[in-house]
Amino acid sequence: MTVNQVAVFLENAKGRISDLCQVLADADINVFSMTIADTSDFGIVRVITSDNEKAEKVLKEAGFAAATSQLLGIEIEDKAGRLAQILAVLKQNDIDIEYLYSYITKMGTALILVKVKDIAYTEKVLADNGIKLLNHKIF
Amino acid sequence: MNYYDKQIECMPRSEMEVLQGERLVNLVKKVYDTVPLYRDKMNAIKLKPSDIKGLQDMHKLPFTEKQDLRNSYPYGMFAAPKKDIVRLHASSATTGKLTVVGYTKKDIDIWAEAVARCLVMTGANPESTIHIAYGYGLFTGGLGMHYGAEKLGATAVPVSSGNTQKQLQLLQDFQSEFLCCTPSYAVYLAESIVKAGMTMADFNLKAGIFGAEPWSEAMRNTIESKLKIKAYDIYGLSEICGPGVACECAEQSGMHINEDHYFPEIVDSDTLEPLGYNKTGELVFTTLTKEGIPLIRYRTFDLASLSDEKCKCGRTLVKLNKIAGRTDDMLIIRGVNVFPSQIESVLLNCVGVEPHYHIYVDRIDNLDTLEIHVEMSDKLFSDEAKEIDKLHKKLTNDMLSAIGVSAKIKLVSPHSLARSEGKAKTTTDRRKGKL
Repeated sequence: MTVNQVAVFLENAKGRISDLCQVLADADINVFSMTIADTSDFGIVRVITSDNEKAEKVLKEAGFAAATSQLLGIEIEDKAGRLAQILAVLKQNDIDIEYLYSYITKMGTALILVKVKDIAYTEKVLADNGIKLLNHKIF
Repeated sequence: MNYYDKQIECMPRSEMEVLQGERLVNLVKKVYDTVPLYRDKMNAIKLKPSDIKGLQDMHKLPFTEKQDLRNSYPYGMFAAPKKDIVRLHASSATTGKLTVVGYTKKDIDIWAEAVARCLVMTGANPESTIHIAYGYGLFTGGLGMHYGAEKLGATAVPVSSGNTQKQLQLLQDFQSEFLCCTPSYAVYLAESIVKAGMTMADFNLKAGIFGAEPWSEAMRNTIESKLKIKAYDIYGLSEICGPGVACECAEQSGMHINEDHYFPEIVDSDTLEPLGYNKTGELVFTTLTKEGIPLIRYRTFDLASLSDEKCKCGRTLVKLNKIAGRTDDMLIIRGVNVFPSQIESVLLNCVGVEPHYHIYVDRIDNLDTLEIHVEMSDKLFSDEAKEIDKLHKKLTNDMLSAIGVSAKIKLVSPHSLARSEGKAKTTTDRRKGKL
């Protein structure tokens, strides 16, 4: 299944990430996961929160450029070699990964969140190769 | 209503030149007799008023510079006795002294008539309601448009600048058809309308008359699509009268100059030799009928060209082609002439970037640097860094090919750059003192 994420533009300026978190805090939004893609000129913060819709709204109101997007969630055993196995399947099927990050659930499994162009196709490829996708809501 | 004064606006060229010539001869006599500066300038080149017999002698006359006005501050260049001066205006002084101009009753009347002609060019008539969001005060924008609207017999709404919420409310409540303000403020108003959750259906706007700063064709497209109006360019400067020196007609292909009062020339900005039609150079004006502070061959520092091509609207008044920039706000970066208007065009053409930007020029290790801050927007944003990088590269490359000098583009947070409610200040030159 897919997981919803909010991405936010961060100008390369002092205190911007702190400002962003303060906006979420003031709206009583809990952050489950946060990653930052940084370039020399700007950053993109990607968050999964307790209420993404509200997070996007309050961030925009506070003057941030933000957008929600869907990621593919793949649940895997927290064990050496499992991630490599999955990525090999994607590679063999010519599926480009725009970006990827991981999240360890409370149940001790790892959740891999992947941004791909065609989610439905990727899901099918993984299922055909016997790879378990996230099939319950964890956020 | 097609014309405000058909006889003048559609006058055959030969008749217009006779009229202009007669007025010039009288003007030169008058300034020689009443303004010491002109008497001195003419004596210095051994030119007598009787040497000026018509338009053909214009090139013999000396130029007037802004510095002449500054040196004679406040009343040194007035040609009319103080008792006949009914109003003063002054231009914004970014450097040093203000320049002050005085108007007699007749000057105000002629100016109002010039503006009334402009309003009719853009489609206004005595039934129209005209929302004037130029500043009222020493700046000529507000009062100039106001008197013109009243002269036409239209309904003037003297809102002046600032307080955007109130502007929107009045535009909606009065259902004004015409909006007068700076083009940058028009863009700001369009944004404010969206922010307020309103749409253009809430308004009755048909046209906008925008001036006081140079703007590009791309900016016109933005304003026209956002405000769903026709956007017309109006030109003026306080030294000549204020707004109303020239304005676009429905053709939107150059501004008809009210040349029976304000005679234009285009000269080479280095040699000051007159250039003919369709050549870009510095715009120079001679005020043929002004009494308060008549000016001979006043250098505007605006770059433009003139055209005498027959206009579909029927007017024979020469057309002033969009101001290409100013010779004095021109930035010279590593020897290359750069105009803020060129930078604005690139931003607008680049996948719909909103024209919110600021230019920083600096000198680091003896090298000029150009940095352009561009606001990120929801429309441009992507969760993928590669997409934003692509935009960044496109902006950088397009900028280089348009202006011929490399610029560092910095994407900044939405709404982080100052918005202008009057003349937009788009450039900060930090080289001062480092040159």
